[in-house]
Amino acid sequence: MITAIKPATVPLRFSLPIGGVAGTSFKPEHLPAILEAGPQAGFFEVHAENYMGAGGPPHRALETIRRDHPLSLHGVSMSIGGPQPLDKTHLARFRSLVARYQPALVSEHLAWSTHETSFFNDLLPLPYTEATLACVCDHIDQVQEAIRRPLLLENPSTYLTFRESAMSETDFIRGIVARTGCGLLLDINNVFVSATNHGFPALDYLADFPLAHVGEIHLAGHAEQTDDDGNLLLIDSHDGPVADAVWKLFEIIIARRGPVPTLIEWDSSIPAWPILRAEAAAAQAILDRCKLAAATEDRHAA
Amino acid sequence: MRRDADLGFAAAFAPPLLDPAREVPTAVAGRNGKPAGRRYDVYRNNVTVSLIETLAAIYPAVQRITGPDFFRAMARFHVRSSPPASPLLFDYGRDFPDFVANYAHAHDMPWLADVARIERAWLDAYHAADALPLAPALLSTIALERLGGLVLTPHPATRIVRSPYAAVTIFAANRDSAPVARIDASTPEDALITRAEFDVVVRHLPPGGAVFAASLMSGQPLGAAAMAAFDASPEFDIAANIAGLIEAGAFTSLAAGDA
Repeated sequence: MITAIKPATVPLRFSLPIGGVAGTSFKPEHLPAILEAGPQAGFFEVHAENYMGAGGPPHRALETIRRDHPLSLHGVSMSIGGPQPLDKTHLARFRSLVARYQPALVSEHLAWSTHETSFFNDLLPLPYTEATLACVCDHIDQVQEAIRRPLLLENPSTYLTFRESAMSETDFIRGIVARTGCGLLLDINNVFVSATNHGFPALDYLADFPLAHVGEIHLAGHAEQTDDDGNLLLIDSHDGPVADAVWKLFEIIIARRGPVPTLIEWDSSIPAWPILRAEAAAAQAILDRCKLAAATEDRHAA
Repeated sequence: MRRDADLGFAAAFAPPLLDPAREVPTAVAGRNGKPAGRRYDVYRNNVTVSLIETLAAIYPAVQRITGPDFFRAMARFHVRSSPPASPLLFDYGRDFPDFVANYAHAHDMPWLADVARIERAWLDAYHAADALPLAPALLSTIALERLGGLVLTPHPATRIVRSPYAAVTIFAANRDSAPVARIDASTPEDALITRAEFDVVVRHLPPGGAVFAASLMSGQPLGAAAMAAFDASPEFDIAANIAGLIEAGAFTSLAAGDA
């Protein structure tokens, strides 16, 4: 049973969908610099859990940002990929944030983070089987039912595989989309990280990914380690600039898919605001080039 | 119908995350079916390090006092024995001050747990519900004979931490980056933590003030709270304490009690 909460809602000031706009993670330490620069064209994404307190400075900052910019609400701990039932209290909190802030985008992960009563604060992997597919779809149905809108589900970055997996990740994700009608958040850095870690071509994965359902793209930096055999092992660290190879994949995907909202994700070793904004501007330039190319094609066709 | 046998992956994957003595699960693999080894350790590291960093973010003064190596070793023990029970990380570490109090290597810093208690209260005040504090002028409108029966409603952010040590001074000196002068830790101090609007403020409470404020917060009428405070400390100054609490925004409303 979900407790009925009627929070004050902030009126929508942006027509949906927001289209080919670049955005950044919102970090409270950037708020003064953002406000000083005045309203910008981009959107801001926040981790939902950071705004699940009752009141105080976090909500004030988010209200301030939301007044002039589209918002993306990104959940990181719903544990949709876990076998146990969703935490109803957490789902109610998530729903109440969606109702209060009316975000342009709402997303969560194909991963799990809670087992029994322990919360592990990481996006943990799952096997891809008929049983886990049914379970994940059941959880997404519950989330979409609660928030009354489609959820964008993010593809994971992984460091290992489950021996029991019986289908590919892209087959699994296509199955989810077909059964739940959810949208997808395509994290291109995650694709690059997983492709490197498991030794498959990122472009093969992307060719197999249901691009038509992608409602948002994530770009982020990664770190390098090695596994026991000395193979390169990439870590999805979100602590630096987007890698050249990931930018290249992004250009290919945008040319194929058309412009979609694109986020520069930067969650640790956070740089000064102008550096983060410059990364978003680089993404925006690629999105704009694609829009221009499409417009030119239209003129030629006319 | 879901077959639970097919969904046992989390039960196999989760326990070794915080227990380095446990074997890497055999249900997972690296390339070409090899054991997952270091690849599984990435998850172990993500979980442990991110939770240690969560505690470091909640308890920055404790970390400054102990230094990062001491803090991380202490926090690692706590993370492994008491992982979070909620995805709201700002709620994590409620039992960390008690853990610090019993941590053998911290026995020569007996005030450290109280500094942690103030930091925990600081974060609770930071995230507490917003509410308008009681207007100071309101109290002066109450007839003198009714004052003793007044009952005050605490602001959702208000917290009190009592310490037999100078925990408030030590806390304040170490939430800053300025050099810390020598502090006599042996003076008992009580902290009042409030957030009238958006800034959390930590104040020293004068003698008897903690008993007075705690009595009021528990719903005792003003007269009874003052009596309790006098019993605790003959130096208790009722006018200064009422004015101080109201000015700090510790309460939101008042009502004539049954007395």
